[in-house]
Amino acid sequence: MVNDIDLCVNLGGIAMKNPVAVASGTFGYGCEYAGLVDVSRLGAVTVKGVRLQPWPGNPLPRHVEVPGGMVNAIGLQGPGVDGLIRDYLPFLHGAGVPVIVNVWGTSEEEYAEVAARLDGVPGVAGIELNVSCPNVKEGGHAFGTDPRIVAALVAAVRRRTRLPLIPKLAPNVPAIAVFARAAEEAGADALSLINTIPAMVIDIETRRPVLANTVGGLSGPAIHPVAVKLVWEASRAVRIPILAMGGITGPEQAIEFMIAGAAAVAVGTANFIDPTTPLRVIAGIEAYCARHGLPSARALTGSIRI
Amino acid sequence: MVDCMARVIEQHRLSADYFMLRLEAPEVTAIARPGQFVHVRVTGLGDAALRRPFSIYGADQGVLALVYKTVGRGTEQLARLATGDSVSVIGPLGNGFPLDCGERVPLLVAGGYGVAPLSFLARRLGRRGVLLVGARRADDILCTADFTDLAWDVRVATQDGSRGERGLVTDLLDACLATSPVVPAEIYACGPDGMLRAVGERAAAAGVRAWLSLDKHMVCGVGACLACVQRLRRADGTEWIGRVCHDGPVFEAREIVW
Repeated sequence: MVNDIDLCVNLGGIAMKNPVAVASGTFGYGCEYAGLVDVSRLGAVTVKGVRLQPWPGNPLPRHVEVPGGMVNAIGLQGPGVDGLIRDYLPFLHGAGVPVIVNVWGTSEEEYAEVAARLDGVPGVAGIELNVSCPNVKEGGHAFGTDPRIVAALVAAVRRRTRLPLIPKLAPNVPAIAVFARAAEEAGADALSLINTIPAMVIDIETRRPVLANTVGGLSGPAIHPVAVKLVWEASRAVRIPILAMGGITGPEQAIEFMIAGAAAVAVGTANFIDPTTPLRVIAGIEAYCARHGLPSARALTGSIRI
Repeated sequence: MVDCMARVIEQHRLSADYFMLRLEAPEVTAIARPGQFVHVRVTGLGDAALRRPFSIYGADQGVLALVYKTVGRGTEQLARLATGDSVSVIGPLGNGFPLDCGERVPLLVAGGYGVAPLSFLARRLGRRGVLLVGARRADDILCTADFTDLAWDVRVATQDGSRGERGLVTDLLDACLATSPVVPAEIYACGPDGMLRAVGERAAAAGVRAWLSLDKHMVCGVGACLACVQRLRRADGTEWIGRVCHDGPVFEAREIVW
């Protein structure tokens, strides 16, 4: 009965068969979950953040559970872009799912070089520019808290790749619209938001921070209303599509993001708890559209009544 | 690995803080090996609660058995589950212990509830060996009857002397390695990091292989999130960063860079 709903979306040049992706860092390189989830059914897979060279990440503990989610400081451990291309991307390419590669670096040149190396790699459909990771001292967040730096970075990467560019914006800025417009004007094809929210947990018995990195990023249901507000604000400021994430545990939060203005969504922390969440979200969006007489998932985007 | 809902067959208290949970999970038990673990979503903890990893104590006739200690919110809620309740289980996960120790005598070293996966191992090894088990006090010594039922040589140490020798399990290991009849041995160990490290050092000194099962806090359980990583050393001396959930939890002692 719901088979005639058109679920396809176009995320700044990335053709997705449905609007549901998985968020960077929560789904590895896809192969890890292949025994539990039919990866080929996902709209897109965003792989863990990668820079030019292999990177060891932070010491342990790297995570702590908190009410409504978790705080992590993995620190962008990764195989470097050449290792990613050689060892990890062939699986996802074989699965026929569009791959978005989350890219970070400590300089404009590094971001641009990584992007250039990904251009033309089979399966790679787009680049998520990580300008908002709270867990590395250099790079990441350092680029994301000044709109001029975001714009310069997007422009620099734009010159080195034809792939769709999706800056992932920091949530903890005074006015998200300023950053969204800066990214759009510099040539971004879509926006990704939100990253984790900078957070900290202290063990009151030892009086020490629980995370070895002292601070980390909060994710999970706790951040969902924050993300909805930022997605709504950003979507009103730009014409490029938005990939929304933050606390999706089922179809309801994904639909809420789309109503707020998102073209597509990404499931993050919920993958750790129930790996079938993205598939439930796809089915739930389809059923919602049928129930509300919407011909397509695209019709949901920005359908908020204010 | 499979993702299934497992019905609680029964649960009972073993001693003060320790429980035995028996679940109906034939899809898991059909393929489970000693040293592997399951990742449990504890019913009643809320939508945002992460899964908890538990080593497998038993996997026979469709019954998945776990032995655990209540150490926090998750295990305290798990202990409240009763016959007929269900929990979501992903597993079996991880690599498990190698089962072929040739002509060597299996020498199992357990710290506290680390004895749980070693009991499963003893039942699957199909030969007799020696269990060394240590803990803080008598209440923390579990499952030794499993081993005596198999006619294993069981030696116990407690820090307060309330059962067996007074001292550490590594004291038992020192005594064991000093007496020739147990060598050549193959060591299998599960317990806290400090104990595992000490066991590994003794194994290296004695020229014995030691398979150590690491216990790390985990998030995804399948190698995706990189929360439970461990520095490791290859045979050629180069280092790499492994994932305890996916590349382990069992590593040969010489692989581990502490």
